Amino acid sequence: MQCYFDHVATTPLRPEVLEAMMPYFKEEFGNPLSIYPLGTNAREAVERAREQVAGLVNAKSTEIIFTSSGAEANNFALRGIAFARQHEGRHIIVSRMEHHSILNSARFLEKMGFTATYLPPDRHGLIDPEAVRKAITDETILISVIHASPEVGTIEPVREIAAIARERNITFHTDAVASVGNIPVDVKELGADLLSMSAHQFNGPKGAGALYLREGQRIIPLIFGGIQEGGRRAGTENVPAIVGMGRAAEIAKAELPHRVDGIRRLRDRLIEGIMKMEAVHFTGHPEQRLPGHASFCVEYIEGEGMLLMLAAKGIYVASGSACTSKALKSSPVLLSMGIPTHVAHGSVVFTLGADNTEEQIDYALEEFPQVIKRLRELSPFSKGWGDIEEGGTCIPKK
Amino acid sequence: MKKVKFVEHIRPDVTTDIVYMMCPMHLLKLDEMMGKLQKGQILELLTDYDGALEDIPEWCEKTGNEFIGVDETDDYFKFYIRKTA
Repeated sequence: MQCYFDHVATTPLRPEVLEAMMPYFKEEFGNPLSIYPLGTNAREAVERAREQVAGLVNAKSTEIIFTSSGAEANNFALRGIAFARQHEGRHIIVSRMEHHSILNSARFLEKMGFTATYLPPDRHGLIDPEAVRKAITDETILISVIHASPEVGTIEPVREIAAIARERNITFHTDAVASVGNIPVDVKELGADLLSMSAHQFNGPKGAGALYLREGQRIIPLIFGGIQEGGRRAGTENVPAIVGMGRAAEIAKAELPHRVDGIRRLRDRLIEGIMKMEAVHFTGHPEQRLPGHASFCVEYIEGEGMLLMLAAKGIYVASGSACTSKALKSSPVLLSMGIPTHVAHGSVVFTLGADNTEEQIDYALEEFPQVIKRLRELSPFSKGWGDIEEGGTCIPKK
Repeated sequence: MKKVKFVEHIRPDVTTDIVYMMCPMHLLKLDEMMGKLQKGQILELLTDYDGALEDIPEWCEKTGNEFIGVDETDDYFKFYIRKTA
């Protein structure tokens, strides 16, 4: 049996989405800036997609800027706002729950002479809005806090943080890549000035993302060039991917109300089953979390081993974020939540989507304990943890 | 390049902010906004693009609209155009 439980890494492309994209790979290959019919057809398709994406997050279509990815949208937001407002102040606030595209943009801004505050979460991964308030200085121009964590599933109190930012005339951005298309997201209700999203997180194609930019907000482009995207993001539009993002947004909007409960039910069964195992810790917030997200730390073994052994059985999961899985690093997000390094190494993340079934959950609950048992037998820590050396390295119990 | 006329305290009917948007958005937006204005109304166009100092007076001359002048702030220019065509 093949069970894809890594929907936070990417989601399968819906056949209807591919169908909508196909003409723009083939006969409708025009450049949206060309003024003859081939071009105007492409232009109309892009503008239709803009309306569909705007509809998913309750924005105006003129407030949507297409990008190549969620990471680009995050880079654009941080750098674009920081540089546009630098004459008003040079301090930014981000959380330690952020994706690398935010954290590394913040680090880049520090090199450019800005100062940055990195707010730690609590043990559930929550950022305290009052801590945000306390971190604000007269120099603060931008706050960015992730909407939902792809690593631990926690949904942040973004609305409260946005309200604090607004009181102080500070621009507020949220990275909603993991949430848009998976839970209802309304930019007006959240009060965000900017919000990032990515098509392949909601059954759209890779290579398409978008930044919501509230009307009236100035931003300095990340990519200079022509007048695409209202003179804010240059480069000939990736028309097929944008069309696919639009169609996927339309489907997500229509199906979300029915989809969430079923996914949550499967997730809760999975959590219940896994938590019966010994020395397994649930990570993230127990209630305030993404409906398809189940994340754990399994003691005495490493995430990498679990991933490989589960993959051999057709079960595909992640350990930490997709990036940290690949780099075999302990997740900085887990460490910032106070999880010790040796425990964070055993991180495993199941993220479910609409394509998962009860049978797949049964199969995973049957196989996962066996994988853990086998890996623990092989582990130098099979007898438990010994001393912890300086730097967090753990010595096996004798 | 023609000598640009600097003005102050002009009261516009409509303001369009295209600060940090790339060239030639200043001409596209100008064209779009002038299409929406009534004859005699004044448009205020905010842009940081210095090429507009040349382009906008030229555009006005070509289209028969009145170029009132420019006001300068630390970060951007304010262009004033009266719809006369």
